Amino acid sequence: MATSTSTSRTSDFFREVVAECPVDPRLEACLQCGTCGGSCPSGPDMDHTPRTLFAMIAAGMRDAVLRSNTPWYCVSCYYCMERCPQEIRITDVMYTLKRMAIKAGYSAQTTAPKGPGFAQTFVDHVENYGRSFELGLITRYYLNHRPLDALKMAPLGMGLLKRRRLDLSPRPIRQIEQLKAILDKAREIDAAHAV
Amino acid sequence: MRYSYYPGCSLERNAGAYHTSLMAVAAQLGVEFAEVDDWNCCGATEFIAVNRLRAYALVSRNLALAARQTGGSNGAAKGQLVAPCSACYLNLSKVDHYLSESPALASDVNQALAAGGLSYAPGSLRVRHLLDVLVNDVGYEKVAARVCRPLHGLRVAPYYGCLVVRPGFRERFDDPEYPTSLDRLMRALGATVVDFPLKAHCCGGHMTQISRDVALELIRRLLKNAADYQADLIVTLCPMCQLNLDAFQESVNGLFGTEYRIPILFFTQLMGLAFGLSPAAVGIGKEFIDARPALAKIGAAAPAAAEAAPKRKPRRGDQSLPLPQMSEEE
Repeated sequence: MATSTSTSRTSDFFREVVAECPVDPRLEACLQCGTCGGSCPSGPDMDHTPRTLFAMIAAGMRDAVLRSNTPWYCVSCYYCMERCPQEIRITDVMYTLKRMAIKAGYSAQTTAPKGPGFAQTFVDHVENYGRSFELGLITRYYLNHRPLDALKMAPLGMGLLKRRRLDLSPRPIRQIEQLKAILDKAREIDAAHAV
Repeated sequence: MRYSYYPGCSLERNAGAYHTSLMAVAAQLGVEFAEVDDWNCCGATEFIAVNRLRAYALVSRNLALAARQTGGSNGAAKGQLVAPCSACYLNLSKVDHYLSESPALASDVNQALAAGGLSYAPGSLRVRHLLDVLVNDVGYEKVAARVCRPLHGLRVAPYYGCLVVRPGFRERFDDPEYPTSLDRLMRALGATVVDFPLKAHCCGGHMTQISRDVALELIRRLLKNAADYQADLIVTLCPMCQLNLDAFQESVNGLFGTEYRIPILFFTQLMGLAFGLSPAAVGIGKEFIDARPALAKIGAAAPAAAEAAPKRKPRRGDQSLPLPQMSEEE
């Protein structure tokens, strides 16, 4: 458990979110001022603004928070984080909520069902080759997660190919085994922490 | 001047024109970029959404390789790692920053790195963006001195996007809301810089893949803003921004019934042209929206047959208020 002092204001879920962040997100300092939502480029398309989401986290509304499209619609532009008067690491909280949603099995039930699939497909490619492979990423992501939209992407793919802006095969890094050893060890450390 | 260079996945292919042009420009300016040997992907904005420690270890492998490559040189000056992609730049500098802040995270990451025979001491590199190096280390005067084909008459909208100026970790070199370094650089090349209020707004990032219409609206705003100020083209410093504004411009036109045809170039491409390099030498011709009609204005147009591209017409019977104009020179 995190060492948050304001236990009266916060829920177990709140402490879980804080502990999952890479560094202290300072979430307990939220004033509910709304600067984050007002600065967010995709705010109008989110089902809860970041401000609302933080209130929901404090209230322990785990299910509704992890189902929300808000973290997935975060474009990682850091406007909110730059402007937050309390210096809350909002973007990090959004990433944390994505991880928690995937881990808790909400991937297919969020209101942004495309998000988890795209992230997971991207990660699989990087873990296999060490670098991103755009053609493979897009092909696999569309075939697995949104086959009906695949045709929409075809003109873009052809345009990129025609301009020699797309590789036809992946270019793995030389020491891919070293990278895999590092990532496996990280997975192991994670598992040990979780116990 | 010598720097470690982290190109990132996009510059290998999709944004190959950025790599080609920045290398050509660096050679002209006497800057050496030594590629980090066997670097891996920075994870973009996706890896961290799946696993925290693995994402930090992934980025740290690059930091460790770069530190090893730059280290050993007397140990006096800190090694400097340059990234031309805004997302790579953010990930490298953010991970370095957070490892410094959290000894527990740094310890976990180093335990993972050790499995590959590597280690990284937080804070041992200075992570810089390419623009920062070109305007602050090389400097506007030196750039201006190399110009032999000034971009006179070319109206340029300087587009920074988000990650190069935000968040305000150490080493940020410009204002997070209204940066101006690229504006000054473009003026040093002789270009006319139009006011571009949305210059640090987001291009949509990964939203083109997650919810297309949300992304297309963000792209539309940027194109409209540049068109309102009668920009001939938009210059970017990020492969994602270039791709979204360029490759999805026709989709924006389709969805909103607009007729934008605004070329999106990397700032290093314009630098190269101003230095007298040929369009081919700076990767012109790989863009979806043909840049040649705009470049004809500075006499740098048309390798091969420049087919008569449709000239851009004023887009609307403009009923809005007159636009404020930037003064010609500062």
